[in-house]
Amino acid sequence: MQKKKHAAKGVAAKILGSGVLTWVLLLVIWKAGSLFYPPEFLPGPLETWKGAFSLISDGTLAGDVWVSLGRVLKGWVLGVVFAVPVGLCVGCFPWVGRIFEPFLNFFRFVPAIGFITLFLLWFGVGETSKVALIFYAVIFPVMVNTIAGVRSVDTALLEAAESLGARRAKTFFTVILPSAVPHIFTGIRLGLGSAIICIAAAEMLAASEGVGYLIYTSRLYYRTDWIFTGIFTLGLMGLAADKLLRILGKRFLSRFGVR
Amino acid sequence: MYITFEHVYKNFGDFKASDDVSFGIEKGKLVALLGPSGSGKTTLLRMLAGLERQDSGNISINGRVVNDLSVQEREIGFVFQNYALFPYYTVYDNIAYGMKIRKKEKKEIREKVKELLELVGLPGLEDRYPNQLSGGQRQRVAFARALAVDPQVLLLDEPFAAIDAKVRKELRRWLKEMVEKVGITSIFVTHDQDEAVEVADEILVTNAGRVEQMGTPMEIYRNPQTPFVAQFIGESVLLTEFQYTKLKGFSPYENAPNAAIRPEFVKVIPKDENPPYPSVYQEGRVEDAAFGGTSVELSIRVGNLTLKARQPIDEGIIKKGDLVQVMVSRLYVFDRHTAYTLVNAALDSRDMYYI
Repeated sequence: MQKKKHAAKGVAAKILGSGVLTWVLLLVIWKAGSLFYPPEFLPGPLETWKGAFSLISDGTLAGDVWVSLGRVLKGWVLGVVFAVPVGLCVGCFPWVGRIFEPFLNFFRFVPAIGFITLFLLWFGVGETSKVALIFYAVIFPVMVNTIAGVRSVDTALLEAAESLGARRAKTFFTVILPSAVPHIFTGIRLGLGSAIICIAAAEMLAASEGVGYLIYTSRLYYRTDWIFTGIFTLGLMGLAADKLLRILGKRFLSRFGVR
Repeated sequence: MYITFEHVYKNFGDFKASDDVSFGIEKGKLVALLGPSGSGKTTLLRMLAGLERQDSGNISINGRVVNDLSVQEREIGFVFQNYALFPYYTVYDNIAYGMKIRKKEKKEIREKVKELLELVGLPGLEDRYPNQLSGGQRQRVAFARALAVDPQVLLLDEPFAAIDAKVRKELRRWLKEMVEKVGITSIFVTHDQDEAVEVADEILVTNAGRVEQMGTPMEIYRNPQTPFVAQFIGESVLLTEFQYTKLKGFSPYENAPNAAIRPEFVKVIPKDENPPYPSVYQEGRVEDAAFGGTSVELSIRVGNLTLKARQPIDEGIIKKGDLVQVMVSRLYVFDRHTAYTLVNAALDSRDMYYI
């Protein structure tokens, strides 16, 4: 009897923990709300699913996702490749920090979206402007976290390495870099989030494909269900990409303290 | 002398961490730097390691002045307070770290790591990460890592501070054995007297940036030479203004008005028992009796003085409120600069009798 109660409790906790309940609740509220409005204003879950299904079956959605993901990936990888070394330099050498940090502390408060028109002017309406925008959105979280990582290195570890004979370059590769890995990884994850936020905005303003474009153009056809589909797709893209990153981090970086 | 400090000064702002420190340590000795926190003991260790530089004065190791040598060049093994093991490296890579920097051959490194792990009693743990080890095991790995580069001196900063009480006792004994086996000159910092007394060949007592006294544990314990040492070592009761002369068997000594009495110097017997030296026992009343694990800690009112004593549990039970007979066998008296040991007159004459 007692055991059964415990088991039931365990299952309940598991369901609650998995977040399924939240989604069920959301669906119910959504459905209830949609009963009071026409579908052009607020489509219900079922209408949305139907709309989504049509987008999926004719391949539009997959195409848009593919295009958006491609842009995100390009800008994000470039951003990480640029921001991590710069962040490491800023963190390690005080004089580089003094040069870079004023810029960093100014521009990191200017959102990427603020630059859309400027980038269109400079880089044209093609892919370059979008990748540049994502690059811009990614470098700040990555740099700020990398710098924080370098600065939070345990001085006892540095001293231990030095007392064992390690000089500057050696301590960088064997103490500073490995100690900063968890921070850098957090920066990379946050960067991915910024990239997805930013791509949606960019594609709304100037693009002929992509998830952002899908959301923006659907309004022309009164296809609110497609707008909903686009929103869900963005959320799922972010969720899936972050999950994948976390799994990779756990798999390959756990010894550095990434979890 | 293998290690010497000559008139070493070090300030951190207004704080005097080292104030004219001079001492010498013989080769192969295990020395404790003992003092309260903020007394400058860790600074001495860090200056010897080259992690801190003295403002003036000379430090030498094995006859060579090391003032201008960097940490990397000093060839010193340092065991940090929280071990500072590299958490992202295995035990093997931690121990091999210094050898890899010295570009030793792979085979040689592997053999040495194996040998060291056997020495510290952790064979076969090469592939573990530090977070998979207990505190005591980490301590041993840190010890092995420091020894792997064949240092001239081994320095340990509060080596047992982060370990729970039960394992600590075991590790103390282990450290003493280990250092004897390796035969390396070693210095460790501690604020725990028991630890210093139990482990060290010699103790260096520090206070307010100065070295108060250096000697074997027995010397420090029996003949404290400064007021600080007299009070710091042991849990002493302090008496001022020649109050100690009210205790039977003691007369005023020169111009030393203060006295420190340790619990182990106070003999207590029940009122109805016959004391061995009736002339120096005096009556007292037990104000408090607290059970302390292996003994009972007594607080006894004698005249207008309160003395502390320790009674083994098996020696009859003395309770709060009991009348007892008390005798102080010895005490330390001191003026502002110097401490002297006084032995109860009755015991002193008896000692002479024997000779």
